Amino acid sequence: MAEIRLVDLNHQYDVGGAYALKDVNLTWDDGGAYALLGPSGCGKTTMLNIISGLVRPSEGAVMFNDVDVARTSTADRDIAQVFQFPVIYESMTVRENLEFPLRNRGISKRDASARAVEIAELLQIDHMMKRRAQQLTADAKQLVSLARALVRREVSAILFDEPLTVIDPQKKWELRQALKRVHAELNHTLVYVTHDQTEALTFADEVVVMNAGGVMQKGTPVDLFEQPANTFVGNFIGSPGMNFFSAKVENGVASLAGTKLLEVPSGTQANGDPSDVIGVRPEFVRWHSTPADQRVPVTVTKLNDVGTAVMATFTVDGATGMARLPISDRPETGPGWVSFSRLQLFRNGDSLDNCKPIGLAEGASRA
Amino acid sequence: MTQAVKPRDNRAWYLVAPVMVSIVFTAVIPLMMVINYSVQDIFGQSRLFVGADWFNKTLEDPAFRGSFLRNLAFSIQVLIIQIPLGIVLGLGLPKKGWRSSMALVLMAMPLLIPFNVVGTIWLVFARGDIGLGGYFLNNIVGLDINYAQDSFDAWTTVLVMDTWHWTPLVALLVYAGLRAIPDAYYQAATIDGASKFAIFRYVQLPRLRGVLTIAVLLRFMDSFMIFTEPFVLTGGGPGDTTNFLSISLAQLAQAFNLGPAAAYSLVYFFFIQLSCFIFFTILKRF
Amino acid sequence: MSKTFSFRRFGMSFYFILLMLPIYWMVSMSVQPNEDILGSFQWFPSNFTLDNYRTIFTDSSWYSGYINSIQYTLMNTVFSLTVALPAAYAFSRYSFAGDNQLFFWLLTNRMAPPAVFLLPMFTLFQSFGILDTTLAVALAHMLFNVPLSVWILEGFISGIPRSIDETAAIDGYSFPRFFIRVLIPLIKSGIGVAAFFCFMFSWVELLFARTLTAAEAKPIAVTMTRTVGASGVDWGLLTAAGSLTLIPGVIVIWFVRKHIATGFALGRV
Repeated sequence: MAEIRLVDLNHQYDVGGAYALKDVNLTWDDGGAYALLGPSGCGKTTMLNIISGLVRPSEGAVMFNDVDVARTSTADRDIAQVFQFPVIYESMTVRENLEFPLRNRGISKRDASARAVEIAELLQIDHMMKRRAQQLTADAKQLVSLARALVRREVSAILFDEPLTVIDPQKKWELRQALKRVHAELNHTLVYVTHDQTEALTFADEVVVMNAGGVMQKGTPVDLFEQPANTFVGNFIGSPGMNFFSAKVENGVASLAGTKLLEVPSGTQANGDPSDVIGVRPEFVRWHSTPADQRVPVTVTKLNDVGTAVMATFTVDGATGMARLPISDRPETGPGWVSFSRLQLFRNGDSLDNCKPIGLAEGASRA
Repeated sequence: MTQAVKPRDNRAWYLVAPVMVSIVFTAVIPLMMVINYSVQDIFGQSRLFVGADWFNKTLEDPAFRGSFLRNLAFSIQVLIIQIPLGIVLGLGLPKKGWRSSMALVLMAMPLLIPFNVVGTIWLVFARGDIGLGGYFLNNIVGLDINYAQDSFDAWTTVLVMDTWHWTPLVALLVYAGLRAIPDAYYQAATIDGASKFAIFRYVQLPRLRGVLTIAVLLRFMDSFMIFTEPFVLTGGGPGDTTNFLSISLAQLAQAFNLGPAAAYSLVYFFFIQLSCFIFFTILKRF
Repeated sequence: MSKTFSFRRFGMSFYFILLMLPIYWMVSMSVQPNEDILGSFQWFPSNFTLDNYRTIFTDSSWYSGYINSIQYTLMNTVFSLTVALPAAYAFSRYSFAGDNQLFFWLLTNRMAPPAVFLLPMFTLFQSFGILDTTLAVALAHMLFNVPLSVWILEGFISGIPRSIDETAAIDGYSFPRFFIRVLIPLIKSGIGVAAFFCFMFSWVELLFARTLTAAEAKPIAVTMTRTVGASGVDWGLLTAAGSLTLIPGVIVIWFVRKHIATGFALGRV
């Protein structure tokens, strides 16, 4: 087990080609459960392969407990990996599959067998130990690959590359539970790559959001939701993503449609920037039939029942936004007002810290 | 494997009909004619029903037995040499870039040479006086190769020729099978600390099962039917050393010995179909 | 890593040299006069000449053999694919009475020794009056090329999701139109691979080609045997004719080189 630190990591697959990873600095604490989240092609898999040693980074260091292993071979790193689709040794039985990584490292048949049984019991696949791996169903196969990743005691980390892609939605939940149980029991460092935010947010203690080869934000699921560090994370996390409205900043005050909403902290550019936007999550929008301070005039154009809530589409200043409202608070289409219980100002795409919301209780927004 | 259940629809027979027509004319009718010949003694216009006589004669004929055993030995040697060699070559072929294209094209070349030209190439190449191979072995290595006179040399030359001709097929099949293995399998094996041999044994070999089945089947059957190449090279000689089943059958047929030739054909045909079926069943089980 | 790699490269280079030597030898003999071939042994041709090729290209009995070979090979490829396509589709998409048995039986035809069918086919084609035509050879070669094509194409069609068929049906495509406009473009590379194999097996086959032709439709490979005359073998002509038979093969492989790998791997066993 190990703490894993990525230092100034850069990677290009072809010399002179585009960067698959750029300027990545990240620390994975020992025993943590992490999710690596991002759209396809954002560099998640590259990062995973660099950690496991399947890819050698063009620049930078990969530190396992303060030892740089960037140029060490995969087998010497003590990493386990579970792939997108089940990778098993088809000609072997389940038991032989589980013993294989141990036997390759010179562990006696007896010890390997004992360990295989232990892990199989943990994942509840001990009843299929004698079966040929080839005959199993897709999700049983994936459980076997999972078990194979877990058999080695000394692994520094276990990497998961979208391991539930081929699994039925119902089985997905079961497998995720199995994974959590294993993590609670064995306390390995887990890194879980996915493009499915529900999967990431329910699995991990901390989530790393990536885009275009760079790390966008690392934080707990709640952080990502409530305090996205930039517009990308705001938009990527949540369904639908954050609303963005261009803001007018004058004399240290940001306003939307003439309504003053945020105080820009002193010391920053007081008179704004064309890139300034106010971001607010649909969950933090409230609708009102009457005007008041800090209520923004809007026109509600569409209502959509989604069972537990009403999704309202509204326009403000020519821009479109979404609100997720309780059913009890069903608005009417046409003119109305909205207030925001939590909002952020973004400049050049990044969150501007220490903005003070006007007329809201201290601490309700980003401190 | 994961194929969905196909809908049952007997109208699909309409789509198969053209194939059936072609097969009726190229296989069924000729086969029936062979059966018809095989139970008659045909001499000019006169025909006499002789029942199983020709079959008994064929099965007792020492020449047939000789050819049969010779052919069987040849096919077994072909498999023993060409399958492992093909696997090694398939593993060794470059995987990408111009080298790979080049290697594939060169490798496939012997497969696209008419059989008798293959025979001709080796007829020339293995000659001690004007052939590069024969000259090299006789005058530089110091052997005394003469495939036209010495039966061991004749047999070896035919075997080397067949290996030259057909090992590329095995290698290409293996290469294709290897390309179909996803990278993740190799990555997982590396992570599991598998040795090169273990990767071959547990990752590559199991996944080559399908193509190797085809390779063994094709190589066994085709070597069992070998005709043109040894016919051109040795004409079945010296003596009977390289007189394989097809060669002696063609001799019977050319003499218009219809009855014996037909019975000979059917025994031959039956054996091939039987071994094809056995191979298929055994290999499918693994 | 790099050590084993260079060993591998050495071994492969050695193999390729052995593979090419016999071919090199034939080609090099074809550009020498007969006196040189039979004279003292030489590694490289010293008196380069194209006389042997000139003879082949100016004598119609030589080059017509070449044309005949190409003719029946192409005819066979077209016939085989035409009948095999619908059948491959049927095997891939439907289950019907006797489908598995039929599929296996088709394959065993690929395994049937041509020598067995020689005599009856001769008699059969004689009664149709098509003996000694390229058509006869093209039809005879369907014996083994049709099963092979069905087999290869079935693999490729099975790789196309069934939902494509359903979408086309919903869009109002009739079956023939769907087949020609939608399915065939989708399995282009499969058709290419199947055509390659048909071409290959028809081009290299000699037993049928020789038996079913006498004078008119004689293939190049058979014409070659003429070089054995009273005065011995005309090595130069023989090897020149042989060298010429390599060309169509090389052209065809070059076109399908990217698909060879997939073509071999597909197909069900």
